[in-house]
Amino acid sequence: MEQELKDLKVELQKQGIFTTTLEELYNWGRKNSVWPLTFGLACCAIEMIATSMARYDIARFGAEVFRPSPRQADLMIVAGTVTKKMAPQVVRLYNQMPEPKYVIAMGACAISGGPFRDGYNVLKGIDRYVPVDVHIPGCPPRPEALLHAFMTLQKKIDAQQLRGEGRPRHLKADAPSEYPVPGYGAHNLEPMHNDDVFPPKPESPFKVLP
Amino acid sequence: MSRDLMMDATGNDERLAPTYGAGQHRLKAERESQILEVSIGPQHPSTHGVFRMDVKLDGERVVQLKPVFGYLHRNHEKIAENGSYLAAIPYTDRLDYLCSMTNNWGYTLAVETLAGITVPERAEYIRVIMAELTRFQNHAGLVGFLLQDMGASGTPLMYAFREREKILDLFEAVSGARMMCNYLRFGGVRVDCTPEWMKETRELVGVLPRFVDEFERLLRGNEILMARTQGVGVLPRELAVNAGVTGPMLRATGVNYDIRKVDRYGIYDRFKFRVPLGEHGDVYDRYMMRVLEMRESISILEQALKEIPEGPVQDPKTKLRGLRPKAGEAYGRIESPKGELGFYLISDGTMNPYRYRVRSPCLINLTILEDMCLGQSVADVVVTLGSVDIVMGEVDR
Amino acid sequence: MSAPELGAVGVDLSADALRALLVAAIEGCSVTVVENESPSGQRSLVLDHEHAVEAAIFLRDNSELRLDFCSNVTGVDWPDREVTEKVKVKKMVEGLEGATEQEVEETRKTLAPGYLEAVYHLFSMEKKHGPVILRLRTRDRAEGNHLPSLTPVWRSAEFQEREAFDLFGIVFDGHPDLRRILMWDEFADYPMRKDYVSPAEDEPVLDDGCLPGAEPGAEQGAADA
Repeated sequence: MEQELKDLKVELQKQGIFTTTLEELYNWGRKNSVWPLTFGLACCAIEMIATSMARYDIARFGAEVFRPSPRQADLMIVAGTVTKKMAPQVVRLYNQMPEPKYVIAMGACAISGGPFRDGYNVLKGIDRYVPVDVHIPGCPPRPEALLHAFMTLQKKIDAQQLRGEGRPRHLKADAPSEYPVPGYGAHNLEPMHNDDVFPPKPESPFKVLP
Repeated sequence: MSRDLMMDATGNDERLAPTYGAGQHRLKAERESQILEVSIGPQHPSTHGVFRMDVKLDGERVVQLKPVFGYLHRNHEKIAENGSYLAAIPYTDRLDYLCSMTNNWGYTLAVETLAGITVPERAEYIRVIMAELTRFQNHAGLVGFLLQDMGASGTPLMYAFREREKILDLFEAVSGARMMCNYLRFGGVRVDCTPEWMKETRELVGVLPRFVDEFERLLRGNEILMARTQGVGVLPRELAVNAGVTGPMLRATGVNYDIRKVDRYGIYDRFKFRVPLGEHGDVYDRYMMRVLEMRESISILEQALKEIPEGPVQDPKTKLRGLRPKAGEAYGRIESPKGELGFYLISDGTMNPYRYRVRSPCLINLTILEDMCLGQSVADVVVTLGSVDIVMGEVDR
Repeated sequence: MSAPELGAVGVDLSADALRALLVAAIEGCSVTVVENESPSGQRSLVLDHEHAVEAAIFLRDNSELRLDFCSNVTGVDWPDREVTEKVKVKKMVEGLEGATEQEVEETRKTLAPGYLEAVYHLFSMEKKHGPVILRLRTRDRAEGNHLPSLTPVWRSAEFQEREAFDLFGIVFDGHPDLRRILMWDEFADYPMRKDYVSPAEDEPVLDDGCLPGAEPGAEQGAADA
């Protein structure tokens, strides 16, 4: 059935008639205007800036509009080491972003603490507190890697359904869009992770794309 | 605007003040001076990373400014004390992540002082070439960011990054990485540069002056630049010396102190270059220091590329893995693009450094941030901070 | 760094010469020289607490020395350590011929008390020489962790002494603004001390090297459908 519909669409397009679904149109619009937050933490931020410059030109993907305020941003690129001192602020920024919002964990540090994993003040991965959509390995990842992550995110947005159980979080009325901000303790952050997002569960809507 | 409203705005004539609406509030706000506390950062587009300033404002004027650090404190020193001497080199890359080559040099120089290691001639030349390329791209980037802070959104930064990419390509060709080069070793450098690389570098150094010219043409005599920088964020000379300010920040106040000239580390005594000095110690002088130093770097690069000899690039007697320096201590320092970058090492005779300390120019140059900003407007704080040239990886380590 | 002992203008900056100068200039000042066996040969001076500030001002303002630039300030932790030494003691030993006095080797373990140390590297911007290295040592690592602050002499020590306070727990008396600088204010430990243990982290249990949900082919993403 689905295949027939697809074939029909292609046939119609050959005749100059463009058909689409609301879902497709909605996702197409969103995936091509993902505005990232101007938010750099460490070394990776420099590569993020390089990505936005003329040579790599992230504007090709409609994402050159770096917004300085989280209230205007769709995407948080966690570019660099998240320290324990910084983690509450990162979560707060994420909470301040309006839905639908996405997170790219850029670089080894944002994924797991990376080379600084042994440090007493280094958070071992931002996915302990906020859900991450795309992880990019590398120290720092090249601008091409960030572009690839970006395309992966676009694919992911493109595949979102508007109805049914698989619909994204921002279309579920009861799904949380804010996550608890950790507090500073005497020896460590309290709590040490958010049980809702970490460790990632199989039924989590945040799945790894092939 | 009617006469009534004008009087209202200045608040001179109480009789004419309207008895309702916004005007009344305006009158009130002007009469009672109110101290406003603002926390700028740690997430703010103009703080160059995760830097935070707790500012107290009287209207637009700054009456107090307390910098808050530690949002990128990733325990570099603790990690290095738990690893071997060789293992610390990749971590030094990530200190000042714009200048990995000079960071490597500071650390290797400290280890060489501690263990009495000599460096072959060719490696010394390669180090100078890498350090000056690093200095060039750092200063280009800084000038771009500084102008971005002033509102020149985009263009200067894009120019700077265009040149930076060319230099990063050279770094990548020789070390395999664009930013985190991990290239220098105690007793030399990791791999030799190929003749093709040298040729490419010579070609690039040939065109770099054109970039500086273009940059200067774009901005020299620019009225906005002058107005935003001259007389802003003035740093007195005595305070600069007492507060341990180093690098272009110090030289902008007129103190002739360049560690390349003072310590003559490496082979810097073989090159002819001038040390630019400022007069006023304001943001404009600091900006000009960077531009002039770019020209001097090109001159050093030209000389080094001409004179570089053939030969080995690594001292064969040096044990890279499992280096065990004799018990003792050493302090090694270099002139990094940001100032004096020092490494203090204490060895207890084992494979790990007993104490490993980074003397970060960025952190110490921030000591006098409050002194420079008091009495200025908030917009000038942003420009003053931009002219200090900080990288949070090095401030917080 | 090739000739750390001799300044550019020929001032004798060796530790012994400086010690003699300081002892002569400041009454009751006790200065000890710390040797350095490594090829760097950078020796240092330990100052006593009472005269440290006075000595620092002398080094800064002396017209020959003019050490106006305090470059590096850092803390070092020297924990309590067991010193084992072999000593020969005379002992009565019960032998075949009754008790006789004999020399016996004994290993004795003594506890050398630990201390915290602040190290200052001084240079001169005016005379272009250095380094001169000063050390201040605390009485112990617990309550006696106080040192006089040199921030009033060199402003550059301000943030670095705060850092030594934050990471090592050295309290600098006379510092204008001694707060934690890198860690948050509620933090209770001194992480750069040698006996610091970082808090246990909750690591996810990995059965087969993959996080649940990330096994290849286990849960296909929606894009496949």
